[in-house]
Amino acid sequence: MAEYQNIYLILSAILFTIGCGGVITRKNAIVVFLSIEIMLGAVNLAFITFSRANNSPEGIFMVMCIMAVAAAEAAVGLAIFVLLYRQTGSINIDKFNLLKW
Amino acid sequence: METLDFTLPVISFQAVWPQIILVATALFVLLADVFKRKEKTALIGFMSLAGSIMALACLLVTWPTSGGSSFSGMVFTDGFSFFIALIILLILILTIMISINYQKFFSRINCGEYYALILFATCGMTLMAAAGNLILIFVALETMSVSIYVLAAFHKDKLRSAEAALKYFLLGAFASGFLLYGFALIYGATGTLDIVKIGNFISSHPNILHSKLLIAGLVMMTVGFGFKISMVPFHMWTPDVYEGAPTVITGFMATGVKAAAFAALIRVVLVPLISLKVDWISIMWIAAFLTMTVGNIIALAQDNIKRMLAYSSIAHAGYILIGFVAGTGLAQAGMLFYLMAYAFMNIGAFGVVALLGKEEGEYDQISDFAGLGFKYPVMGVAMAVFMFSLAGIPPSGGFMGKFYIFTEGIKAGYIWLVIFGAINSIISIYYYLRVVVVMYFHPSEGIVTMPRPSRTTVLALAIACWGVLLMGIFPSYFWSFATSCVFTLM
Repeated sequence: MAEYQNIYLILSAILFTIGCGGVITRKNAIVVFLSIEIMLGAVNLAFITFSRANNSPEGIFMVMCIMAVAAAEAAVGLAIFVLLYRQTGSINIDKFNLLKW
Repeated sequence: METLDFTLPVISFQAVWPQIILVATALFVLLADVFKRKEKTALIGFMSLAGSIMALACLLVTWPTSGGSSFSGMVFTDGFSFFIALIILLILILTIMISINYQKFFSRINCGEYYALILFATCGMTLMAAAGNLILIFVALETMSVSIYVLAAFHKDKLRSAEAALKYFLLGAFASGFLLYGFALIYGATGTLDIVKIGNFISSHPNILHSKLLIAGLVMMTVGFGFKISMVPFHMWTPDVYEGAPTVITGFMATGVKAAAFAALIRVVLVPLISLKVDWISIMWIAAFLTMTVGNIIALAQDNIKRMLAYSSIAHAGYILIGFVAGTGLAQAGMLFYLMAYAFMNIGAFGVVALLGKEEGEYDQISDFAGLGFKYPVMGVAMAVFMFSLAGIPPSGGFMGKFYIFTEGIKAGYIWLVIFGAINSIISIYYYLRVVVVMYFHPSEGIVTMPRPSRTTVLALAIACWGVLLMGIFPSYFWSFATSCVFTLM
């Protein structure tokens, strides 16, 4: 297990970076949200790896909670996207610039 | 796998009675909304008000005399969590009282889910302050955040509100990703998610202090919490969201979310990771300095009062971070005191702004306040009290809060940071007093009128005013209360 642990952690770090990059560069709100989900996937992978390495079940419980919460967040997020799409006909985040100083 | 020895943990529901009442009220309100008659609009508001007062009474009855925990370490029952819960429940009660009036002029807001979401968010906030485990901190944080994403979008037909919700949602979810990755790395370094066990593990394994996992985890966690307390450079969402969200919700967000996130930050970073202080102290020093300065400087240029108050809330987060940098027990008491004073004065200020709101416009420009001081004298005096308190002019709670935090900062040896804090609070006087000057010395244009507020709103503003003045004139009572709460934290 121990020698594979690092591989999983590196994979998790790469996924997290991909997600992060997606949030920063993408313009479509749904793709941004997708990238956030990739980040959460990376977190889940890290938790499971550490849980296995430390031989403690807490990490797996955390993953359960993260998945449940991510589902709730997706529901709210998509509702907000629909609300915006109805009003403006677009979910391009560059278009939303009513609020700035 | 070996078999698990399982013994039922000792559970005392006393630890979570207020939260149980909050959730029960929220569910009841949701149900009652379906069955109530259309014209009984304020009824739902009064129901949730009754529920939250019950929760507050329950909190005061079950107030712990010593530290402890329940649900096998998941929930702390110490003075600290109860003090934060007290602040948050006061915020909840004032918010609901102001909402009852605000709703009369925004007919589309008037739904059971509005109050239910506020109650759910409050439940999450209080649990965040009481959490003894990173799992619960995360779940409570998301309970709070998801409810508030929805509340921010509650002006369904206004693009600004939806845009604010979009920004808050995307950045909030992004920040929770960082927070979770931080939790994962700390879990990897210490092998546990329990806050007390993390602290014990670090003090019994001094080698871990050089572990890159732990430090990376700490940094990512600070980023995650930094978003919630709007610490510079993670503050960009704050003004946009505060401006776009319904005014009452903005007040709720500015005070409640901040109190809860600071509580969690103290719980997770200050107490178990205190031996890592050499690593994070310089980062937090700079963050505190930048947060105060950026908030105050940009606030000078604002014309929209909600936006101005948003930048001012960033600046106040900076003052509270001075207490965090000092980090002693008394500094934590100073933070508690400040959070309470801040809750009263900010809810009050947003409450006054909400008084002007009507269906056709929010009237939230500072120039809209011209001449209102003489036209509506009571409202003018209340707004002046809140502005003086936010600026930190005695005798007000804001002044005493700053006094305690700055004193502890000097005692801990961060003299320069305190000097910058004092300079900043002098800068801030300009833009707070500008509101008062516009209110009293600029001629009224006669366009903006204040609809007659309901009795609950007047009462709420009176309570906030009274709280601000009481904390300024008799601070020692609150101070000894806050210190006694902190010393049961350990």
